[in-house]
Amino acid sequence: MEHVAPPSWVGLAYLAAGVLFIMALRGLSSPATSRAGNRYGIIGMTIAMVTTLATHGLASLPEIIGAIAIGGGLGFVTARKIKMTDMPQLVAAFHSLVGMAAVLVGLAAYLNPYAFGISGPDGIIEVQSRIEMGLGIAIGAITFSGSVIAFLKLNGNMSGSPIMLPGRHVINLGTLVAIIGLTGYFTVDQSPWVLATITALSFLIGFLLIIPIGGADMPVVVSMLNSYSGWAAAAMGFTLHNTAMIITGALVGSSGAILSYIMCKAMNRSFISVIAGGFGAAPEASSGGAAKVQRPWKRGAAEDAAYLMKEAENVIIIPGYGMAVAQAQHVLREMGDLLKKQGVNVKYAIHPVAGRMPGHMNVLLAEANVPYDEVFELEDINGEFAQADVAFIIGANDVVNPSAKTDKSSPIYGMPVFDVDKAKTVMFIKRSMGGVGYAGVDNDVFYMDQTMMLLADAKKMVEDINKALAH
Amino acid sequence: MDFISILSVFVMACFVGYYVVWSVTPALHTPLMAVTNAISSVIVVGALVAGAAEGSAISKWLGLAAVVLASVNIFGGFAVTERMLAMYKKKEKK
Repeated sequence: MEHVAPPSWVGLAYLAAGVLFIMALRGLSSPATSRAGNRYGIIGMTIAMVTTLATHGLASLPEIIGAIAIGGGLGFVTARKIKMTDMPQLVAAFHSLVGMAAVLVGLAAYLNPYAFGISGPDGIIEVQSRIEMGLGIAIGAITFSGSVIAFLKLNGNMSGSPIMLPGRHVINLGTLVAIIGLTGYFTVDQSPWVLATITALSFLIGFLLIIPIGGADMPVVVSMLNSYSGWAAAAMGFTLHNTAMIITGALVGSSGAILSYIMCKAMNRSFISVIAGGFGAAPEASSGGAAKVQRPWKRGAAEDAAYLMKEAENVIIIPGYGMAVAQAQHVLREMGDLLKKQGVNVKYAIHPVAGRMPGHMNVLLAEANVPYDEVFELEDINGEFAQADVAFIIGANDVVNPSAKTDKSSPIYGMPVFDVDKAKTVMFIKRSMGGVGYAGVDNDVFYMDQTMMLLADAKKMVEDINKALAH
Repeated sequence: MDFISILSVFVMACFVGYYVVWSVTPALHTPLMAVTNAISSVIVVGALVAGAAEGSAISKWLGLAAVVLASVNIFGGFAVTERMLAMYKKKEKK
């Protein structure tokens, strides 16, 4: 007995959904078109879901509507309540759900292959579908456990420092080989234990892959897991012969891969070395030995900073993750407004790896009502520091460290950084002189003649500057 | 659809994805992640098939559980993207 082929409108509907998803991403090429893009995405998803329900789901409609309502309600409320600083955790949590959903769908297809059209009534699953199913479940499981660890690290439930198991490369490679081998064996033996072992090992390796990766590399990890969640959806699309899933999976997979590449490049790190993990584990091991030597530095007060900036023509503000931690984005925008009233030209400069995920700083500044045309990327603004009177660094450190340009032994050597040393005055907000950036290296900017260290909590310091400016 | 047709769609979509994503402005990389996350939940299609099918009670419940998870993502992902995009404003003209 063969399955009845679905009517041709069904295929067209899934194709339309896929095209709408492409348009959703296309919309993001500019903030002006982005909201329309998001609407296309919503329409695409509605088409895909309605089409599936119309062709399959009418028998169990009440249960399905119930499931959508529970999940949808939960998702919607979370999306409304989440703080913008917590966006990386939210995205990691969402990735884990896609991964788990892929695992569940894969297992469901295994248990009821006939309903998915991948076996005859005898339940013998087609060989090709077995490979797709094995891969889909494996990638889904890795996405799930990896994202859970990323979530725990980002959310602070787990230390952000890398956890290094002895012999982890051997363990990881062995597990990976076992997963691939078992997926091959699954084509000749579809016993439950084979798939169960693949699933268990994949959960394990997702966990093992992420625990040795340190906090500084989280933007890469989040991007990478984004990519995996796409490949998991694509693998399921192959199993189900569904164009919407395949197109989407490919889009999301490439998107995550490109973001990982951009993040690696912005840190001048190879993807392999990020995956190998351990970055930022032991500051003592780095070339920071010279940092122990006491060097003179100048401390400034809020009033001095306010006075200098009031007199300035061009001020470039460089925010980093510390600004987000201190929740200083709103007072920072007020400072920008006060300066603009004095006729100062204020610009914001954002490094690609500022924050814990790609584009995180841009969202935080947008939330604080900073217009997006005052915010610039590294390569667009780096030439302007020579004309800047003040470079105002708040919560950033490694991204302004000149040793990335000069010191070959520095762990961040080769990373593109802001040329703040070319600015007439550098103001550096930092809690104390003790701490160092993620990379654990000392920063020559602290000790430059034109540098004024503003030692305080970022939010408190900017508030004080604002008070002085308002005089 | 045979395997080669499906593979063709997949490979073409990878190329489309490559070019479309490179054209996304870096300022919108966080919303890009949120929205790709929402659309990758199109996996709900598979979950709905499983949740609606007769023949295996376990399979059906796994499917329904997957529908719940994917729905969190779909509604949450699109809603949070919308919320973020609404914050991006241009400088007011004076």
